[in-house]
Amino acid sequence: MTHNELKELALKVRENIVRLSTDGGCFTGASLSCADLFVFLYSRFLSVSPENLEDPNRDYLFLSKGHDVPALYGLFAEIGFIEKSRLDNHLKTSDSIYWHPNTKIPGVEFHSGSLGHLPSVAMGVALDCKWKNQTNKVVVVTGDGELNEGSVWEAALVAAAYKLDNLIWIVDRNYFQANVATEELIPLNSIKEKFETFGWNAVDVDGHDFEKLDDTFSTLPLGNKKPTIVVAHTVRGKGLPSIERRADRWFCNFTHEEVNALLEELHENKMAELNSETLVVR
Amino acid sequence: MNYEQSITELALADERYVIMTAENRALIRNIPNNPLLVNRFIDTGITEQTMIGMAAGLALRGRVPIVHALAAFLTMRAFEFIRTDVGIANLPVKLTGFIPGFLSDGNGPTHQAIEDVSIMRGIPGMHVFAPADEEDMLLMLPEIWHSKAPSYTRANLIKPLYQHDKNFTIGKSEVVAEGTTVTFLTYGMLFNQVFEARQLLEQQGLSVGLVNMRCLKPVDEEVILKVARESDLIVTVEDHFKIGGLFSIVAEVLLNHQQLANVQSLSLNERWFKPGRLADVLGNEGFTPEKIAVQTMNMLETRQHVNTLTTSTH
Repeated sequence: MTHNELKELALKVRENIVRLSTDGGCFTGASLSCADLFVFLYSRFLSVSPENLEDPNRDYLFLSKGHDVPALYGLFAEIGFIEKSRLDNHLKTSDSIYWHPNTKIPGVEFHSGSLGHLPSVAMGVALDCKWKNQTNKVVVVTGDGELNEGSVWEAALVAAAYKLDNLIWIVDRNYFQANVATEELIPLNSIKEKFETFGWNAVDVDGHDFEKLDDTFSTLPLGNKKPTIVVAHTVRGKGLPSIERRADRWFCNFTHEEVNALLEELHENKMAELNSETLVVR
Repeated sequence: MNYEQSITELALADERYVIMTAENRALIRNIPNNPLLVNRFIDTGITEQTMIGMAAGLALRGRVPIVHALAAFLTMRAFEFIRTDVGIANLPVKLTGFIPGFLSDGNGPTHQAIEDVSIMRGIPGMHVFAPADEEDMLLMLPEIWHSKAPSYTRANLIKPLYQHDKNFTIGKSEVVAEGTTVTFLTYGMLFNQVFEARQLLEQQGLSVGLVNMRCLKPVDEEVILKVARESDLIVTVEDHFKIGGLFSIVAEVLLNHQQLANVQSLSLNERWFKPGRLADVLGNEGFTPEKIAVQTMNMLETRQHVNTLTTSTH
């Protein structure tokens, strides 16, 4: 896929996220920040597809910041993991499309929602892959706010101790956690330096620039006896200037009119006028 | 045979088994030096949560992790990881809790796992085992480890007083003796104390039953209902808080089956126990054979008294 094709796919994923942001809503802002990352990973980096989901040699992606699942499902619906019509089942008990990932959805490797869990789960998988001399990659995606959790730092210590050099931890560094800016609450900078002192390979990248993502992910020092962390710098709400970088637009439950206006906004028309409730917490 | 020999035999025969610890090697001290097993031994350091998360990841890949830590930290420090990663996914992760209940003797309340049965059995699909002594544990372990269910086992290295029924089945208790006056239901390290208490009471001419509740979940409902029908008094004896342990289990079973019974509890009621050497702890808390027997006699006398009062008012 060319970079332009990736951009087109990312636009479709964003449309799906916006469509999920009504009738109960979802974590719109956080999902938009990692939409480009998921598009990149599943299109260019990971060897995983609807055809090899049972293959132990597939690459794994564990989504630890579970509230970003609209970005994952929004992509899965576009690349054949799930029928696109299933997104219409959002929040219906007849299906399993709810605010956090679960393994009833093909392509979801493990459920999440409670933060700070999947780094260690991914480490168990990575260790087993190494024991079996497999060369597949194991990716775990966390948020930046998620790094408040102590279990994350346990995992960082242990992964380095066990030299899990097939493990790639991606931080969706959007500088917000729920309705607060990370640096105003529990400052995290510099994540790269923190992990370097923990014995990791660490690299910063623009999480919205496919060219730079290509450069970074094609040159990761995998297999050098260290786990690798990629701090992907992103913008919460990316693609919708009316909610970009807004602390009060984490969880969004828009009216149908607002959704239509936001879909137009995605296509670079005028900013949507939003009156629905802000600072929603779920 | 001991725990370590048992786990070694199992793991050598089946490479799915992985032996993990959060830096507690008391039960598996030679495994790291076994060249055949060192590649399936993982010590994550003092990180109970990460150990459980990794165990879940290994189980996703078809492994069966047997994980070790002090019972208090395993079941409580890592509780949400057990519930969320092992429980929700129903993965075959085998938890072994070291020094549960009174076995934490001199450590103090930080190390007292006396709510472990309560919180572990609250997880859907989780099995809970509490062998009476080392021999009981060793005869139970193969079935526990071969089962597909996640489970929690209270490790118990106490030497046996009684030769146990070798036919252990998950979901079944061990009826040691039947009795019509009083029947003890107990589990874990208190089994020996209750075994001797029963002998003291039998010497007084009472008909005393004893059941080893080695499997607390799934629990042997049939035996509880039978004892409730055939014995005038049931006494549950446990090194656990009164809330959530065997006393609660018995109450739940009786309520579910709408059966009445006179049930009394010897347990830790809303309190941690005073730390010390194990024998002193048992004496101080009232769990020596003599003290169990005396408390039981008092229960029976009170009951007799109540019965007399009830009869005289008719």
